[in-house]
Amino acid sequence: MKSLATTRTGRAVSAALLALAVNISCAASTLPARWQLNMTPGVTETARNAYTAHMIVLWVCVVIGIIVFGAMAFAMFKFRKSKGAVAAQWSHNTKAEVIWTVIPILILVACAYPATGMLIKQADTSNAALTVKITGYQWKWRYEYLDYEGKPTGVNFMSKLDADSDKTRQLKSGLDPHAVKVGSEATYLLNVDKPLVLPTNAKIRFVVTADDVIHSWWVPALGWKTDAIPDIINDAWTLIEQPGTYRGQCAELCGQDHGFMPIVVEAKPKAEFDQWLAAQQAAAAPAAATAAPAPAAPQG
Amino acid sequence: MATHAAAGHHADHHDDHDHKPQGFWNRWVFTTNHKDIGTLYLVFAFIMFCIGGAMSGVIRAELMKPGLQLVEPYFFNQMTTVHALVMIFGGVMPAFVGLGNWMIPLQIGAPDMALPRMNNWSFWIMPFAFTVLLLTLFLPGGAPAGGWTLYPPLSLQGGSSVAFAIFAIHMMGISSIMGAINIIATILNMRAPGMDLLKMPLFVWTWLITAFLLIAVMPVLAGAVTMLLTDKFFHTSFFNAAGGGDPVMFQHIFWFFGHPEVYIMILPAFGVVSEIIPTFSRKPLFGYQAMVYATASIAFLSFIVWAHHMFTVGMPLGGELFFMYATMMIAVPTGVKVFNWVSTMWKGSMSFETPMLWAVGFVILFTIGGFSGLMLAIVPADFQYHDTYFVVAHFHYVLVTGALFSIIAAVYYWWPKWTGKMYSEKWGKFHFWWTIVFVNLLFFPQHFLGLAGMPRRIPDYNVAFADWNFVSSIGAFGMLCTPVFMFLILWHSKKHGPAATQQVWEGAHGLEWTVPSPAPHHTFTEPPVIRAQDLAHGDPTH
Repeated sequence: MKSLATTRTGRAVSAALLALAVNISCAASTLPARWQLNMTPGVTETARNAYTAHMIVLWVCVVIGIIVFGAMAFAMFKFRKSKGAVAAQWSHNTKAEVIWTVIPILILVACAYPATGMLIKQADTSNAALTVKITGYQWKWRYEYLDYEGKPTGVNFMSKLDADSDKTRQLKSGLDPHAVKVGSEATYLLNVDKPLVLPTNAKIRFVVTADDVIHSWWVPALGWKTDAIPDIINDAWTLIEQPGTYRGQCAELCGQDHGFMPIVVEAKPKAEFDQWLAAQQAAAAPAAATAAPAPAAPQG
Repeated sequence: MATHAAAGHHADHHDDHDHKPQGFWNRWVFTTNHKDIGTLYLVFAFIMFCIGGAMSGVIRAELMKPGLQLVEPYFFNQMTTVHALVMIFGGVMPAFVGLGNWMIPLQIGAPDMALPRMNNWSFWIMPFAFTVLLLTLFLPGGAPAGGWTLYPPLSLQGGSSVAFAIFAIHMMGISSIMGAINIIATILNMRAPGMDLLKMPLFVWTWLITAFLLIAVMPVLAGAVTMLLTDKFFHTSFFNAAGGGDPVMFQHIFWFFGHPEVYIMILPAFGVVSEIIPTFSRKPLFGYQAMVYATASIAFLSFIVWAHHMFTVGMPLGGELFFMYATMMIAVPTGVKVFNWVSTMWKGSMSFETPMLWAVGFVILFTIGGFSGLMLAIVPADFQYHDTYFVVAHFHYVLVTGALFSIIAAVYYWWPKWTGKMYSEKWGKFHFWWTIVFVNLLFFPQHFLGLAGMPRRIPDYNVAFADWNFVSSIGAFGMLCTPVFMFLILWHSKKHGPAATQQVWEGAHGLEWTVPSPAPHHTFTEPPVIRAQDLAHGDPTH
């Protein structure tokens, strides 16, 4: 985005926006900020690409907008009948028309080029260290750790809206959504009972599907969303660069509680993740021994 | 300027002596008159805008604060779904058909539409279709709540409302197809001698192209919803993967209808604005032929971009790239249009009566909607924008400040011709400036909400989204006043407005301004003699 800010004002405004974005990401919170104006660059290359692509087109639009609306404003100010303007009668200018057909085409090609590279990169889901299967249900998510470093893990659980948010979100509950907090963060509707724990700095492949209707799995800090469609398996990948807690929501209308099936990703360094996974496996083992194939342990 | 009187033998007639059918039933229910049917369409659209607006009032009231205060989430979903269906199929589309009915015969020198009885039928289907649709709100289980896009399997979870909604959509589709056939037949067969295709006003051109789009895609929608119907009630599996179908196929079929539908709602708006800006710039439209070709290009491109609504369904890379490039190309002809409007204003002699204000507002705010459309075309960024409030902001900029602004502009522009009365410029301008303030308060913050991560179609949200949602809701409540203003302004004009002249606007050109104001019940019963100076585009070399 810096490379794009060619004008002085452009640089100033983009610096301000960047400051805003940095401010948000440095707060170690991935919750949206109050009065937030812009997308954030997130914690993956994909999210940074989305942010860069967004800023490129945004600035292209701002510059074109300034030129077009500026010309309009000038015309409306200058060529008024009340100021004695006499209308010219021309209605054609081939040179101008060719110019304003060709230049936009060039601008569009310039925008499409980087976007194409980003897309090609995003399409490659090979060589992942961890594969997680995500299944959307009305109105919760199941996460299955299919295999990690070449071995099946047997870990899987449900993840649904936390009890605090759930109580508060009932119609006329009288409870204050601002009071739903984790630490100092107001996590109303953006917290779950059991988050998806993932390792940082490892390529993670997701296979995404649904059990009933179409959902869409979206964590803005990761930079993409993928629809979860019954009987169809989509895949996607991520590589999270910083440990942290990243929050998102279902992004495809999926019925009455569509607004109430958030997603929380907890990214931990590899050692911590390995520990966590081992503990999960240990906890799952005796449970599996007593009640053989009961995959949907409700506590999750 | 108005030294001619093409319809000379009508010039001294007044609206009381022009052989209108007497009595409510004969005048309005059995009417085959294009002007009366146009009026019916416009009144119907106004009522639908009010009903759809009331639903958006429920939506914005619930979203004003975090937490659920007013309605259950399921009812909220019914509101978003029915709001969209009512606004698209009951508001914007019938309003443009109404304008087309009124103005196309007047602009091409035809005595009426080509198929007047079918015209009557295509209007009178609409109230029944919408009665059926709106009555589902009172069914056990309520109205459809799966979004206006009706994606299965969710849309099939509804109760009997599914069948009613699909029946209503079929009726709307039949109405639209008949209206489109009528418009094409009228334009191609009923032009006065000398009204060559490339002399037609742009409003007529844009409607001609729109009508072809309607005929092409309304049957596709009918097919899609019929398959939904049989999936739900007759155990077929078109969209059920377990039975060998594909839920994504519905989305492809739906958007093959849905994207041209977007242009069905905006091309006539381009036409309206291309009439108004030259009139109040007192200068011919810049690049008339380029405008016609740009409209046709947009119409063609609209058939090959449908999957940009579906970038996150898991398309192959090649598909994503194709639909990204094709979508970006639409910016070129759309840009040509905007540049031509600005060039029309350049070195004009402008005045800013109410219709011009709405047209200028259209150009600026529609362009902002176009910019966000270009942003949404960029797939890597769309992975973030998709299904967020950014999209909601985008399509409300193109539909409200685009399509609806042009409809309001058209009503103020042609109202004196329809009624023979001027409206109050002071209050018309008040209506405009009030709307400009509140419509931007309503929709601009929704860009920020989407970029910050708020999904669309949710009844409640994290407290971080509360501030902009509050601002947006204030804007919505301001907007809810605007139909009242418009009604009062037009009502006052009808009752007490000063008489309008034949030409109404100093810079107006075109056959509609050669008939008296109000336009007599029957016009051009004898074809007018076309003279270059009467037309806005009389010189075919431009």
